[in-house]
Amino acid sequence: MKKVILYVNQFFGQIGGEEKAGVEPEIHEGQIGPAVQFAKELDGIAEVTHTIICGDNYMGSNTDAAVAAILDMLADKEMDLFLAGPAFQAGRYTVACGTICKAVKERYGVPVVTSMNEETPGVDMFKKDMYILKGGNIASKMRKDVKAMANVAKKLLAGEPVGSASEEGYFARGIRHQAWRKDMKPASERMLDMLVRKLNGEPFVSELPIPKIDRVPIAPAIVNLGEARIALLNTGGIVPVDNPDRIQSASATRWGRYDISGDKELRGGEYKTIHAGFDPAAADADPNVITPVDALKELQKEGVFGSLHQYFYTTVGTGTTESEAARMAREIIPHLEEDHVNGCILVST
Amino acid sequence: MVKEIEKAGFPIVQMCNLVPVAKTVGSNRIVPTISIPYPLGDPDTSKEDQWKLRCHRTKVALEALATDITEQTVFRV
Repeated sequence: MKKVILYVNQFFGQIGGEEKAGVEPEIHEGQIGPAVQFAKELDGIAEVTHTIICGDNYMGSNTDAAVAAILDMLADKEMDLFLAGPAFQAGRYTVACGTICKAVKERYGVPVVTSMNEETPGVDMFKKDMYILKGGNIASKMRKDVKAMANVAKKLLAGEPVGSASEEGYFARGIRHQAWRKDMKPASERMLDMLVRKLNGEPFVSELPIPKIDRVPIAPAIVNLGEARIALLNTGGIVPVDNPDRIQSASATRWGRYDISGDKELRGGEYKTIHAGFDPAAADADPNVITPVDALKELQKEGVFGSLHQYFYTTVGTGTTESEAARMAREIIPHLEEDHVNGCILVST
Repeated sequence: MVKEIEKAGFPIVQMCNLVPVAKTVGSNRIVPTISIPYPLGDPDTSKEDQWKLRCHRTKVALEALATDITEQTVFRV
């Protein structure tokens, strides 16, 4: 019987929620959380021998230490395949799954499989390195996502060829294989078919889609910082304690801006974070740890920069889709233009 | 958000703990912070240490905005 080990975060490892996101890696014999369903799916083919659990924040902030500890834990274990997740639309968890899968694959040479939603940063960071199944956006898709991961895992364990990205449902890895087509139709004929379809205005699917690289040109530097007006933004959810704009604690679609002109300060008790993606204790006690208004006012006094835009801008970054984030930024931009802001600082958590 | 704002012509610096994420997403100016829950001040250190760290990193971010770059840059803190 083949042997498989699964990595999950503190939540799916049943240790706790955000308050436990700082826990260091631990390894347990047997199956915890999603490992139980993996064991069912792989029944008769492989045994899920261990579950590794690590807090998302620990993995994010102490990556080298976390990876080293987990690789040590695996050193004396028999393992034919390594799984992580599924991570759904949890940004930090997707990065954690990709990071550990890559490290395990490099150190121990075993195949690795994970799953994440396309709206997460882990996809672009790691899709070329491993099989990342296209996962759901919420944990209720667990059954489906585990099944999809297990299907690829079974083929890898059996040494069978894994199908194409579209057949198996993983993110295309940019790897080309030579293969015989079932229809035996040569490229010249397929190209002509596409060309005829194009000329007739009919839909066709290219065999070589050009990846879209979304980079923005670097904006020119501020010439005279001493006279520049600076705006502060954050995705860490710092708001007045009554959250007047009702910004959501996760998957935000709303943003707010709050007056910091004159001698206004950000004090605990008057401002807090409504971000559901980390332990709020530190930012609730002192919001300046996310929105450094105190430091900016001091640096302005020292003449490092000219003036501070009258408002700081807030939304919440966790679970928020890239398209919503872009839309909110576009709504904020006219306010920056109107006040002749010269440059921006955005603090993300 | 950083990319949209930069597209509009504003130099923008992202202060964040998950630098690899900022790099992948496409932020051009990046200044590292110390953690996710408290980017600019560890509550286990003294108020004075937190203040020093926050002033220092915020100043690096401001200077990053005034620095000409030709490629994505993670500024030293």
